Amino acid sequence: MRTASAVSGSGSPSGVPASLRGILPVLVAVPALLVLDWLLSNSPFANYLLSIMAVNIILAVSLNIVNGMTGQFSIGHAGFMAVGAYLAGVTSLALKDVALSFLPVAVSDQVFLVVALLVGGISAALAGFLVGLPSLRLRGDYLAIVTLGFGEIIRVAVTNTEAFGRALGLSGIPQTSSVAMVGFWVFLVVLVARRIAGSSHGRSLWAIREDEVAAEAMGVNTTGYKVRAFVISSFFAGVAGGLFAHFVPIINPGSFTFVKSMEIVVMVVLGGLGSTTGAIVAAVFLTLLPEALRSAFSAFGSESNLAQQVDQIRMPVYGLLLVVLMLSRPQGLFGTKELWEVIPRWIPRRRKGM
Amino acid sequence: MSEFIQHLINGISAGTIYALVALGYTMVYGVLKLINFAHGDVMMVGVYMGYATAFGLGRQAQSSPWGVLLIFVVAMGGCALMGFLIERFAYRPLREKPRLTALITAIGISFTLSYGFQLDIGFLPGSAPRAFPQIIQPSQWFTLGDPEFPDVVVWNWQVISLVLAVVLMAGLQYLVYGTRFGRAMRAVSFDHRVAALMGIPTDRVISVTFMIGSALAAGAGLLYAIKDTSVSPLMGLYVGLKAFVAAVIGGIGNVPGAMVGGLLLGLVEEFVVGYAASTWRDAVAFGFLILVLLVRPGGLFGRVAAEKV
Repeated sequence: MRTASAVSGSGSPSGVPASLRGILPVLVAVPALLVLDWLLSNSPFANYLLSIMAVNIILAVSLNIVNGMTGQFSIGHAGFMAVGAYLAGVTSLALKDVALSFLPVAVSDQVFLVVALLVGGISAALAGFLVGLPSLRLRGDYLAIVTLGFGEIIRVAVTNTEAFGRALGLSGIPQTSSVAMVGFWVFLVVLVARRIAGSSHGRSLWAIREDEVAAEAMGVNTTGYKVRAFVISSFFAGVAGGLFAHFVPIINPGSFTFVKSMEIVVMVVLGGLGSTTGAIVAAVFLTLLPEALRSAFSAFGSESNLAQQVDQIRMPVYGLLLVVLMLSRPQGLFGTKELWEVIPRWIPRRRKGM
Repeated sequence: MSEFIQHLINGISAGTIYALVALGYTMVYGVLKLINFAHGDVMMVGVYMGYATAFGLGRQAQSSPWGVLLIFVVAMGGCALMGFLIERFAYRPLREKPRLTALITAIGISFTLSYGFQLDIGFLPGSAPRAFPQIIQPSQWFTLGDPEFPDVVVWNWQVISLVLAVVLMAGLQYLVYGTRFGRAMRAVSFDHRVAALMGIPTDRVISVTFMIGSALAAGAGLLYAIKDTSVSPLMGLYVGLKAFVAAVIGGIGNVPGAMVGGLLLGLVEEFVVGYAASTWRDAVAFGFLILVLLVRPGGLFGRVAAEKV
């Protein structure tokens, strides 16, 4: 029962009263994020990098709920991101000139951002529900291709909709996203993913992943759980899209292609299908890698040509990475284990309370 | 009426190409139960091989019958070799692993090829589309109406593609159902471990299947390039995807199904583009696919096998 032991590793501190244990992470995370936001407030590049990293983490962790925990291979995640990005963007554009007069402007902006993100997330969740439904009848490769098709349909639909600016995309969305806001959503998606993994809902997802027919025979409502996993996952993808729309100056259909979906898949596979922390580590690594390579190349001076080609080289490298990974370590870097379960044995750690 | 007929002809012509690429998908899937995502990119590499050969031959030789034959032979042979290498070094080590690992590997190879060909380092061609030489001079084979501005045109390459596709389909059908090798293929498809116990050289059968599939891809790609008159590194991604959709619509693993699926997809696309909305072309293909799968999860000609526990 490797999977079972992997999911039960809840790191709850033992000295905390039970009533506080549920909200303790929130009490720790929110002030920490606000401090981080304040520290980074006058460094736009760090802000941008952190935001893009956070969006990738949200995408990877949410895709991991479907691909990793449920074993339903979905390769159209960018489609949900697009739904969230566009609807949140349109909502924000509509609410641009409104402000809550009883609040300071900055706070009012954040309230409207949350409203926009929720609109984006919920509409993406609806789209996820629609995609989840065919999974009643399709499995494996067929489901993968349907999710891919759905992602492409969303992209074409967005490209042809007047309200979404057609191929030009949306511009002028208020840039109200902040490190604290993206950090909060990262925190939320990780919390949700971890709670799902440890819950009875999560056990059902793991069962479906390991053997769908056996899970069905054991009385797991496979279709219900699969659709729910899709809905949760696409909600967060939509929120990630909404956040993305609120810190890049312009969103267009070109940002949400098959390629973006594959980037997220690579993150999940690299981290290990089913490992939340693995997805986070992979997302951070793959977001920073191009930046690091670019600065490394430009630091060596004359090869500035090479620095410009980093973005070109990235995609073939992703492809090779997938092939090599599947051949050498098909379960990903961490497998279904979490980060604290793969640290070397000689490092002392607290025993798990069973 | 003439507009309708022209759409019909264009649809069949587009569908033929999809069908030809889909034949390769279907063969590989039939034997290995693997969606060879890289199939479209193998096709793209084949087209570049043909392009390079045509370039090497020069303008005179490339449009002579022997030149055309040489271009096809080089592209198809090169792709067969590439298919062999991909199968040998990427898919064979994963044969006993879950099917998902092979699918991810295939996606990885697809990305390596299509984006690798976009780099402009060394001999690689760069991302800009290039004009494919007119190795078959286009001529109007059949026209209807006013000879100057005909209502309906049938081009010679459309006829060549269709004839070739039908011949290849018949050949494949014979190969699968009429020869000893075909019997071995079907046995491997049914259960490759038991097939190996019965003395069938499974590795060789799978390799040869891959080589045939890749060679077919290259041939289909050349026909596509002649029709489209351009080559680009990303052509494989989308043509391959459409062909895969065609194969699934027909019931993947089924040779006539791939043919029917391809023609159907071509016709549906052409009519939607012609009569409704031209910018929705890519969405139509996938919408049609989802529709077919919802009604018949195994495709039009496929059977849904009961899952064993």
